[in-house]
Amino acid sequence: MAVDTSRPLDPAAGAKGARGRGGQLHKDGTPPRGRIRNALARHWYAWAMVAPVVIVIGLIIGYPLGRGLYLSLTDANEANVERTIGINHIPATYKNVGLDNFKAILQDQVFWDRLGWTVTWTVCCVALTFSIGLGLAVLLNRRFAGRTLYRSLLILPWAVPAFVSVFAWRLLYNEKNGILNKVLDGGGIDAVPWLNDPTMAKASVIAVNIWLGVPFMLVALLGGLQSIPGELYEAAEMDGAGPWQRFRHITLPGLRSVSSTVILLSTIWTFNMFPVIFLLTRGGPGDATEILVTYAYRLSFVNSPRDFAGASAWGVLILLILMLFAVVYRRSLRKQGEVW
Amino acid sequence: MRRGIAATALVAAMALAATACGGDDGGSGGDKKSGGNLSGTVTYWDTSNEAEKGTYKELALGFEKKHPDVKVNYVNVPFGEALAKFKNAAGSGGSGAPDVLRTEVAWTQDLANIGYLAPLDGTPALADQSDYLPKALAGAKFKGKTYAVPQVIDTLGLFYNKKMLGDAGVQPPKDWTELKAAAKKIKEKTGKTGLYLRGDDAYWYLPFIYGEGGDLLDTGAKKVTIDDEPGIKAFAAARDLVTSKAAETDATDGWDNMQNAIKNGDVAMTINGPWAIEDTLAGKAFKDKSNLGVVPVPAGSKGQGAPQGGQNLTVYAGSKNLDASYAFAQYMSSAEVQAKTTEKLSLLPTRTSVYSNKSVAANPNVKFFKAAVDKAVERPWIPEGNSLFQAILVQFPNVLTGKTSPEKAAKSAGDAYRKLLKGDWK
Repeated sequence: MAVDTSRPLDPAAGAKGARGRGGQLHKDGTPPRGRIRNALARHWYAWAMVAPVVIVIGLIIGYPLGRGLYLSLTDANEANVERTIGINHIPATYKNVGLDNFKAILQDQVFWDRLGWTVTWTVCCVALTFSIGLGLAVLLNRRFAGRTLYRSLLILPWAVPAFVSVFAWRLLYNEKNGILNKVLDGGGIDAVPWLNDPTMAKASVIAVNIWLGVPFMLVALLGGLQSIPGELYEAAEMDGAGPWQRFRHITLPGLRSVSSTVILLSTIWTFNMFPVIFLLTRGGPGDATEILVTYAYRLSFVNSPRDFAGASAWGVLILLILMLFAVVYRRSLRKQGEVW
Repeated sequence: MRRGIAATALVAAMALAATACGGDDGGSGGDKKSGGNLSGTVTYWDTSNEAEKGTYKELALGFEKKHPDVKVNYVNVPFGEALAKFKNAAGSGGSGAPDVLRTEVAWTQDLANIGYLAPLDGTPALADQSDYLPKALAGAKFKGKTYAVPQVIDTLGLFYNKKMLGDAGVQPPKDWTELKAAAKKIKEKTGKTGLYLRGDDAYWYLPFIYGEGGDLLDTGAKKVTIDDEPGIKAFAAARDLVTSKAAETDATDGWDNMQNAIKNGDVAMTINGPWAIEDTLAGKAFKDKSNLGVVPVPAGSKGQGAPQGGQNLTVYAGSKNLDASYAFAQYMSSAEVQAKTTEKLSLLPTRTSVYSNKSVAANPNVKFFKAAVDKAVERPWIPEGNSLFQAILVQFPNVLTGKTSPEKAAKSAGDAYRKLLKGDWK
């Protein structure tokens, strides 16, 4: 199964082949500089087709990203950036402060506390979402009556806009008037402070995020399961493999390419899952459920004057953490022979 | 000296220009403009709550009767979102920003500092300045200019259910110790909780720190004082009420839970301001309106103290229709409109003259709150005034439920303030 990904890419792959393999000569013997021209000449049509996308992405992602990077190196805030209000024009008076913002954040205990909880939150959410999604996918992959109905019902959380679900959950969780506590009360159990106790609040936000995330896992893994040939299971059964052995040695390896992708995506989404935390608890009680992004939001939108520089620096740090994660994750998969 | 000459020349030139203008209009240009010739649209963002907004909408549209050519575009924006919404709209060039905004007093300096507000000195909006309560006007000023017209002034008081206190045989408490004792009796006699204390809003922490003789900041000495002794004691006093079960609290949905609790008769007391009177009276526990009693916020060990709050009217500097906006702000804070809001909503006027109005003078809630406002503690009128609440809010819920010690909470809040306040704060 292992594929040697370090083999040189086929030069005919064109532009992709230009990636970092400097010294190599092209098939026809031209030096590396000519390769780009060559690729352009051969694939100009493809380039023309992707150009609009590249330009639009450059504008809507590249510009804000560059601006954020720039602001994170300044002391810009709401009171000193350039703005035009009616006939007043107020010029920019912020200045470059180098890496001071980053230094301040990294020396601040608040950052490390938030990072700790963000990692815990991400790991818990992804691990549980994946396990539950996998379990449900395996169940729904069998043939039984009403399978389509179950499948569509389980997709439902995904079809509802996230903020609607989160508000619904907030009503359920209300300690005094929420349905959850009313039901527990009927069973003789005291009111649970779902969102008012730091530990309970952490468990509660994780539960909501899992509820929101399972459908995605379910759909992706169900697709993966259906691509595993049934013959493999038949053959294994003939050889006397039990259900657990079949699951371990056929299902899991067969799902690997799907699961590695969904775990990566889900990790990035959960790490930055702003709406669930913000709408459910606003980071509270206190700052118990505050993750990195909600804190950055607080800096840039709640405190006044809004601290653009500080929030950008937090944003850049979040980006760096996620990039680091993606690189490490990719490396570790490549060692296992996965290519993506 | 040369600058002096230049300034004199400039003033002279402006005076000439002004006279020239007046001449063109027939000598009464300014008056005429604020009189009958206004036209265009004034967009007004109101932040009043559900129980109040009907009255406010009606009053705002009343401006159209006085100025038939002006269209008032009344928009109710939830109080909690208004500041962020306004900043987003005003900062991005201002196409979606309103002309007039109802502004919590602590937002005024913040918005003025960023340059979003038009100074109102010398405009029709501030025409009769001397009529305003000095405390209300103080909250409208920033760096020597006036950026707002006071509309409503308020403070916190102790709301109580007369019947429940009567059943328990207790008097309205005068300090936190009495409140604890009263809550115990209420629990014994009626099985209900004594007080609902909001844990998810930092404003409710202020009576505790003022009661201990402290304050968040000493703006004169530029010193953070929340982590001094009174600040710590304040956290401890509030926590004692909750841990001793004299009070209940929540870390989320506090407003709704508080109002439900008092309206349904589940708690006997809340701490609240005039803005909650109308809503509270709508509850089933107050079918007989005289069942609601209001007394000053209970005192701490150093005396009684509640924060001064209120709402101002501010004009957006980028308004396309400044003249109509000034006139609208003037109208919405006029004696006539203030008298109506008092009559219908028991809100406190900011004009001295309105208090002599018969129906206003007869309103028991106004009578009480006016005395309370006179004693209320002025909050620090600095741009960061509103952000000061953030740090308390992070600590308050956990202190109340006993998860953080008062010392640690006060220290964290103080550290957060030093990080927030730029310049030479100690």
